[in-house]
Amino acid sequence: MIAGMWIRSTMAYRASFVMTTFGNFAATALDFVAVLLMFSRVDRIGGYSLPEVAFLYGVSATSFGITDLVVGSMDRLGRRVRDGTLDTLLVRPVPVLAQVAADRFALRRLGRVTQGLLVLAYAIAVLDIDWTPLRLLMVPLMLLCGAAIFAAVFVAGGAFQFIAQDASEVQNSFTYGGTTLLQYPPTVFAKDLVRGVTFVLPLAFVNWLPGLYVLGRPYPLDLPTWIAFTPPLIAAGCCALAGIAWRAGLRSYRSTGS
Amino acid sequence: MGTGRLYTAVAVGGFRRYATYRTATAAGVFTNTVFGLILAYVFMALWDEKPHLGGYDQAQALTYVWLSQALLMAMATMGGGFEDELIERIRTGDIAIDLYRPADLQLWWLSQDAGRAMFHLLGRGAVPLAFGALFFELALPADPLTWIAFLIAVALGTVVSFSLRYLVALSAFWLLDGAGVAQMSMIAGVFCSGMLLPLNVFPGALGEVVRALPWSSLVQGPADVLLGTADPLGTYVFQASWALGLLALGRLIQSVATRRVVVQGG
Repeated sequence: MIAGMWIRSTMAYRASFVMTTFGNFAATALDFVAVLLMFSRVDRIGGYSLPEVAFLYGVSATSFGITDLVVGSMDRLGRRVRDGTLDTLLVRPVPVLAQVAADRFALRRLGRVTQGLLVLAYAIAVLDIDWTPLRLLMVPLMLLCGAAIFAAVFVAGGAFQFIAQDASEVQNSFTYGGTTLLQYPPTVFAKDLVRGVTFVLPLAFVNWLPGLYVLGRPYPLDLPTWIAFTPPLIAAGCCALAGIAWRAGLRSYRSTGS
Repeated sequence: MGTGRLYTAVAVGGFRRYATYRTATAAGVFTNTVFGLILAYVFMALWDEKPHLGGYDQAQALTYVWLSQALLMAMATMGGGFEDELIERIRTGDIAIDLYRPADLQLWWLSQDAGRAMFHLLGRGAVPLAFGALFFELALPADPLTWIAFLIAVALGTVVSFSLRYLVALSAFWLLDGAGVAQMSMIAGVFCSGMLLPLNVFPGALGEVVRALPWSSLVQGPADVLLGTADPLGTYVFQASWALGLLALGRLIQSVATRRVVVQGG
């Protein structure tokens, strides 16, 4: 309902809506333009061809786009904690998390999802994949689990902002930084970094591990084959942990009293 | 109070204003470092594939990554300086009060932005660059003169950046809502400044075009002065010509706007 309210409010200025949606599309497309520019000068990056990188990029960008659409306003929470307007959310009979997620819900963020899907469609069209039912099923599964993992990071970041009110940018390094990292193949990065995003902050389950199964590429860190099928479990685990963090954060909230 | 002292005071005010947000600065430094780290590995993979891509060796390419992260906020390549505030003042009509003040509008905001840039260079630039130098093999010059030459190019670059964003803000006199223009300017800033990829890696004619545009003064110009791959004097002339031309254009548009446009809310 709150999301609906924000949609109606943006639709009041239709021209502005079209412009900002296009702007969003163009701004996020810059990342892929960078990839294209790189491939205009080299044939492979980290041993991966352009369609393969486009596949990883498309999955990462689409699942991140879905998350951004649903809970992308989480970084505004710090401001609400600072200026005390979070109080208005606490007295309404709707879960605070849902309200924060729908805060300034912006349909223009569809630009990001569209861009990711286009790149993914291009990759699937050009790649010569030996499609089995399992591989086919993996693509939508990746997008959903990936979005859930990113959402968990967003919510955990939101919980962190209850404590560090001014530090919403730290969250950006895990969300925006995370999706940027996943847009390139794991062979590009140092082993320790790959270990970190596999075992500590499990971003590798968004697209690297299931994606490399679809592409028929070896996994990083010599992980076993079955690891490609674990994203639903990982996503559920992440969401549970993020939920606990959120409750703890909300409980520690002290209003500014203003 | 002499005019020089007035604008210095405004610049100091701009510096202090941003220096207030210490946690936010620390958070920003962390983010710049994380992005620098990701880009550094991508660049290493690129230069492994093709050594001397764009005329840089790998150490120079890595230096470029950390420099671009260090300059990101000082140059406001993605926007986010005074312009949001100025747009808001134009939209609400508060601009009318500013126009009655005995200070020059453009110089006032330029001084304020200079203070902001100075703070961000120190507050958000130095640490990521130091981190990069500590963990990667960078091609930083030992000669202090090169560093001074680099800082002059940075200073000129911030003026070019200001004059571009001033034009963006002035567009609000006609459009009222500056969001669309600000977003387009952000896209141009990221793409044409060399934030995305060094401009000398861009292929063919596209590379020539982006290097001739004012945005190349923001990141590519200063970086090439520090890396010793461009003649400092040539870079200064390029930056100064764009700065003067754009500032003059800003002045012209400002005078048209204040004469013809009806101020809101009066």
